[in-house]
Parts: sequence; structure tokens; C-alpha cells
Amino acid sequence: MEKKGIGQHISQQFNAELEDIRNRVLTMGGLVEQQIADAMTAIVEADDRMGDIVISNDYKVNAMEVALDEECNRVLARRQPTAGDLRLVVAVIKTITDLERIGDEAERIARMGQHAAESEEGRVHPVQIQHLGDQVRQMVHNALDAFARMDTELAVQVWREDLKIDQEYESIMRQLITFMMEDPRSIPRVLDIMWAARSLERIGDRARNICEYVIYLVKGKDVRHTSLEHMEAQARMDHTP
Amino acid sequence: MNAREEIMNDRSKPTHAIDPDILAQASLTRNLDEEDICLKVEDLDLYYGTKQALKKVNMRIPRQRVTAFIGPSGCGKSTLLRCFNRMNDLVDGVRIEGKMLLDDQDIYAKSVNVADLRRRIGMVFQKPNPFPKTIYENVAYGLRLQGVRSRRVLDEVVENALRGAALWDEVKDRMYDNALGLSGGQQQRLVIARAIAIEPEVLLLDEPASALDPISTLKIEELIYELKSRYTIVIVTHNMQQAARVSDYTAFMYMGDLIELGDTNTIFTNPSEKMTEDYITGRYG
Repeated sequence: MEKKGIGQHISQQFNAELEDIRNRVLTMGGLVEQQIADAMTAIVEADDRMGDIVISNDYKVNAMEVALDEECNRVLARRQPTAGDLRLVVAVIKTITDLERIGDEAERIARMGQHAAESEEGRVHPVQIQHLGDQVRQMVHNALDAFARMDTELAVQVWREDLKIDQEYESIMRQLITFMMEDPRSIPRVLDIMWAARSLERIGDRARNICEYVIYLVKGKDVRHTSLEHMEAQARMDHTP
Repeated sequence: MNAREEIMNDRSKPTHAIDPDILAQASLTRNLDEEDICLKVEDLDLYYGTKQALKKVNMRIPRQRVTAFIGPSGCGKSTLLRCFNRMNDLVDGVRIEGKMLLDDQDIYAKSVNVADLRRRIGMVFQKPNPFPKTIYENVAYGLRLQGVRSRRVLDEVVENALRGAALWDEVKDRMYDNALGLSGGQQQRLVIARAIAIEPEVLLLDEPASALDPISTLKIEELIYELKSRYTIVIVTHNMQQAARVSDYTAFMYMGDLIELGDTNTIFTNPSEKMTEDYITGRYG
């Protein structure tokens, strides 16, 4: 499928408005990815300063969500979009809600990084959480890529990634529980790591939501709360317009 | 591992998964196959002289539903609508092939009395066309033609028709004023009252609100919604949003072809044909 979806309206102005909305979603997504990366630095390096940066940048993500929501409302009211255009606007409204929440999770991870920086307790080697963070960030990146290219195959692939992330999250949990049993003094620090891992797992879920919106946008089928097989079938389905 | 753990570990199947069949039942999507069909069109070709205006049109129109025809100017939607009560008979050089059935009876059969047909299939046009008579006489006109004389019967029918057309409260104290003194929106509702006074089965509406202001338009749309519990309604409109608001089914026509006919919710959110999508989203065809 070509990357149409937006252009070719008789109204050039409408083309420009939809294109603008789409670009701003991608910009917001880029910022959120950066927030995740910085939050990971904050927690892995116990970097207080980086934590501050993430926390202070969260307002940008929030502001972008508010501005985009307003723009979408304006398009709904003034253009009364239908079919693919309507699905684009609806998918954007949902996507930015998830992006904003991902931003909140990044902020939470950054705060855990600041805790770690303040604490004197023995450090838990956060290698595994670094890996989980990289995976999750890549997943968000790919989900946005699928959105930008309206690529349902990629969306399904990214959705699948979340299964691995859930597994990794559970194995980190088991490992951290072991740490705590071995050395109760490590509990405060381990709890921080646990919260951060939990946040990363939630980010994975939200990236998966974005993939579901991509399938809705392109194929017109709502695949939330269905099985993986059902979703794959919908994603591959031939859809003429 | 017990069954519960097995389910919990298989993350590819969410435990809260919604059965697609249940979703389908809960959705508001209508399906033509489950409807009682009122009008049927089979391989209908229509020529104005040598120019073909309708090309092998096949369509089913369900009873007590609103079906909207949309499409660019000259696509044949008004022509098709006019075929239903044989308005095209009056146009010179028209040739019609194929079938058109009302309750499985051929509308174009030789035995059909056109006046009877038009009593069963009423029509309202873009510009309100009340007779230069009183409001009362406008509504009573059809019944008088049928030979009804009883004042009591006429009064009752007129009141019911005006109530049905959501006009009664506005005109009940001026029944004997000239209908031409009403506003455009009131005139249009009067014409609808006149059409429903003779209890047709089908109401054909050709751009019924395009000459009206937005408030009158909403009143007509509200009226259409009320009327569909009793009549089968077919509406031609240039206003796509209006089709989206009032209709249960939407037919998109283009250059004499029926491109797509389906549930309005589906047509406006996820049409199957690219041409439909291009038209309703305002793209180059």
C-alpha cells in the first residue's frame, strides 16, 4: 500500500492539516523516545542531573499532547472527516494519549534514577534493565515507524515483540526477588529497579496499543482485545481503499 | 502446570479477549441480507436518447429504513429515484430496460396504473411546491382526489399528517391561510404532510433540505427519523453529512453505476471501494 491516506484531497488546506498532524505525532514520538533513552541513562548510571532533564522535559510531551488534541478536535469540527481520514484522526487521538503516558513512565523511571543517586546503599547491577530499556525503546521507535509508513506487517511484528518484553520483565522480577532475599539491605534500591522495570513493561504495552491503532487506521478493523491470530489475519486482509 | 497457569503463561492470548462474534452482535452494523426488502432493482438500464444514464443497476431497498443515494452531479441518483414512481415516463426519449419491483410486483408492467403507483410511492422535491391553496386543502388534496368527502375523516387525516410532519403546532391556528405564506422549511414539511396524508408505503425525497436553512434542515432530518418507523424512505442528497446523519443505508453512485451500497456506519468509516472512499473524503476521483 502506498503512503497515501493523507494527500490528494481537493482541498489542499485539508491535505496540509492532516500532514501537519501526522508530522507532529512523529515529532512527539521522537521526543518520547529521547525521554526513554535519557531516563534509562538516569537509572542505569544513577545520574541525578539526567533525571532532572527528563523530569523537566516531560512538560514538553504533555504540551504536545494538548496541542495535538486541540488540532484533532478542530479538524473533526470543521472538516467532518470520513473513512480513512476519520480513522487517521481517531488513531492520532489515541496514539498521543499512549505517547503521553509513555512520557509519564519515562519520568517515573528518571525519578527512580534520582532515588538511586541519593541512596548510599549497595548498588544492584542494572545490566538487565538496560537491555530491557533498549528493547522497549526500539519497540516504541518501530511502532511509530509502522504508524508513519502505515505498515501493518511491521505493526504485527512489533506487537509480537511485547511478548518477549513481558517474558524478560518476569525474569528480571525473579532475579530481583533473589537479590532481596540474599541481602535485605538491598531492598530499597531493588524496589527502585523493580518500579523502573514495571514502567518499561507498561511502555511495551502502550507501544503495542499504538500498533493496534495502526491496523485500525490502515485496515479499518479494531483488533484490540482479540487474539494474535485474529489480529494477524486482519493485518494481512486485503483492503482496497 | 495447571490450566490457569497455562493460560496466564500464554501471553499471546489475552485472558480478557473479546470473542469477535460477540463484538459483531454488539455492533450497530446493519446487514441488508437480514432486512425485509421493499424495492428491488434488477439490471436497470436507462437511456436519455442515446446517452446512457443508468448502467445495469442492481439494488435492494429495505422496508422501514432510510436509504440515501449520494454521488457527484450527473451520476444518476436523481434519475434512479425518479424511476421508482415513474416520473421519467414524462421525459421525452427515455428508454428503460430491466426491472424495478415494489413488493415483487413490476413497477413498469403494463397493468400498473401510474396514479395508483404514485399513491403508494410518494415523492417530495428539492423546492417545496405547495398548491396555492389553504394549508388545510393542501394536505387534504390527495384524499379529495380519492373521493373522500367526510369532513370528520378529512379533519382527522389532516391533523395526523401535519403532526406526522412535525408542523401541526406551528399551523394549527392558521389552517385556512394560504400555504404560500409559510416559510421555506414549513412549506417543505407541508409538502411532506401532503405526501404522507395518503399513507404511501414509500417516500422518495429528492434533496428535501437543500434549499433550507440549517435549523429547518435539522427539523426535516428529525422528521425523516420519525417517519422511518412507518415508511420506507429513499433520499437523494448532495450533502454527505446529511446522508451520514439520517440514513441507515447509503448507496454511492458514479457515472450511472452503483458503486457501493451498504450500512451507512460502514460506508462512512470503512468503505470497501476506493471510489467511495475518494468521494466521501473529498479526494480526486
